[in-house]
Amino acid sequence: MKSVFLKEIRGFFSSLIAYIVIVVFLIITGLLTWVLKNNMFDAGYSNLDTLFIIAPWVFVFLISAITMRSFSDEKKAGTLEILITKPLTDFQIVVGKYLAGLTLITLALIPTLLYFYTIYELGDPVGNIDIGATWGSYLGLLWLGSIYVSIGLFSSSLTDNSIVAFILSMFLCVTMYISFDLISSLSFFSGIDYYVQWAGINSHYQSISRGVLDTRDLVYFISTTLMFLWLTKTRLESRKW
Amino acid sequence: MLFSRNIIVSVKVINLKKVFGEQIAVNAINFEIAEGQIVGFLGPNGAGKSTTMKMLTGFLPPTSGESWVAGFNIDKSPMDVKRNIGYLPEHNPLYTDLYVKEYLLFCASIFKLDKKESRVKEMIDRVGLTPEYKKKIGQLSKGYRQRVGLAQALIHDPKVLILDEPTSGLDPNQIGEIRTVIKEFGQNKTVILSTHIMQEVQALCDKVIIINKGSIVANDNVENLQHLAQNKILIRLELSKSINESILRNISGVNNITIIGKNTYELECTNDIRETLFFSVAQSGNAILNMQLEQQSLEEIFKKLTTKKTL
Repeated sequence: MKSVFLKEIRGFFSSLIAYIVIVVFLIITGLLTWVLKNNMFDAGYSNLDTLFIIAPWVFVFLISAITMRSFSDEKKAGTLEILITKPLTDFQIVVGKYLAGLTLITLALIPTLLYFYTIYELGDPVGNIDIGATWGSYLGLLWLGSIYVSIGLFSSSLTDNSIVAFILSMFLCVTMYISFDLISSLSFFSGIDYYVQWAGINSHYQSISRGVLDTRDLVYFISTTLMFLWLTKTRLESRKW
Repeated sequence: MLFSRNIIVSVKVINLKKVFGEQIAVNAINFEIAEGQIVGFLGPNGAGKSTTMKMLTGFLPPTSGESWVAGFNIDKSPMDVKRNIGYLPEHNPLYTDLYVKEYLLFCASIFKLDKKESRVKEMIDRVGLTPEYKKKIGQLSKGYRQRVGLAQALIHDPKVLILDEPTSGLDPNQIGEIRTVIKEFGQNKTVILSTHIMQEVQALCDKVIIINKGSIVANDNVENLQHLAQNKILIRLELSKSINESILRNISGVNNITIIGKNTYELECTNDIRETLFFSVAQSGNAILNMQLEQQSLEEIFKKLTTKKTL
């Protein structure tokens, strides 16, 4: 698992994907938080809400982009055959790739701690920021990223065309993130709208963003990630059917 | 069970069958390969060579049948099998983004080798990658890529080496170099290589398994197979001036004469009559400039065996 993880990380950095993802993420979130209209100064509140509203959408693109090649390219190039005929289990291959993707988005998030520090210092009085909610939001963002990475891997395992994988992954990420909120307001779901929302990422992301660590949210994040990883592994095994 | 005739059997296949949809790719084949042998898998494209290799490496499960590699059953202990084989798939897939050394270190780390660095250095040296090892794999020429593929398959010193068309698409020099590497490493390993180049089998292999349409049509030593075809002998003869054909025809043992060039003949004979030929020609006042015994090549045996209609 460790060897697959390291190989993926090396692949990200030697093909420039890693640098591009980190830089693009920081440029978009940086501009929206500090420079463009409705930035943090216009709002006048000492919080990082802009970042946490924007990031899930930026992640849809970036995580789909970093995971789209993970299996589709290996299938196309035939390197999957090399991986599978090495003494690695399918599970080790999937989890190694998942951890590499998660590490990359963590690396993209770390520099935004500078935004956190800046707002902490800008607060009046200094430190007038809801620290619990901010850490909660970071944690929520990581878990959201974790689900996106597993969705991206699954999409990539379905096809040997990385563009198809990219589009499918974006679609599934948006679906999981927001669409349950949107359809819950349909009259068809009246009465059970809460449970419909509950199936989407957003309700849990909002909940953890308040700084409350609810085990139900954690169970949701972990089980959704595992479900997509399991689907990916099953898809890999399907060559045997 | 894996011992027979005091030879250790390294690869054993019983009734191995693979069906893709309606198509039977490999049809219940059986064979054994003794430890230390170099075996050539020969067959036209689509004969089932690659599919058989993919089943031996655990990439594809067979539809039915069983196989053992290095003493382990592929179905029951796939990890042990995978630890003991080195596999070079067809078209030699590689991670073109990685550096040669990075890739080999990755392979070494999968096998949890001690002294990874020194092992990688040793492999780079032994397969002849030293001048190129600082490059990305994508920047290498085809011959060097093939060496990377071989290094990858050999890094953990496997007992069984499975090479799917290791020399296809290379130029003649590179083919020679790759064969040297295979021969050098194959000395104390069991090697299965697939090819459709006959000279390769003659140059490298102890044994040949010819596959056609999913079935084994021949499984024998290279020499035995050559003997199979030796009910006729061809002798090429180049003379200084033209000769009356009846002189040649009167020599006993000559069945047929074909003129293949200026003063050049090809004689089809029942046995090796070169000595008589020499004196008969000399007596007629002619001189032999060139005389050559042509062994019927595996190529013809291959053609014969693989174009026959299978029942």
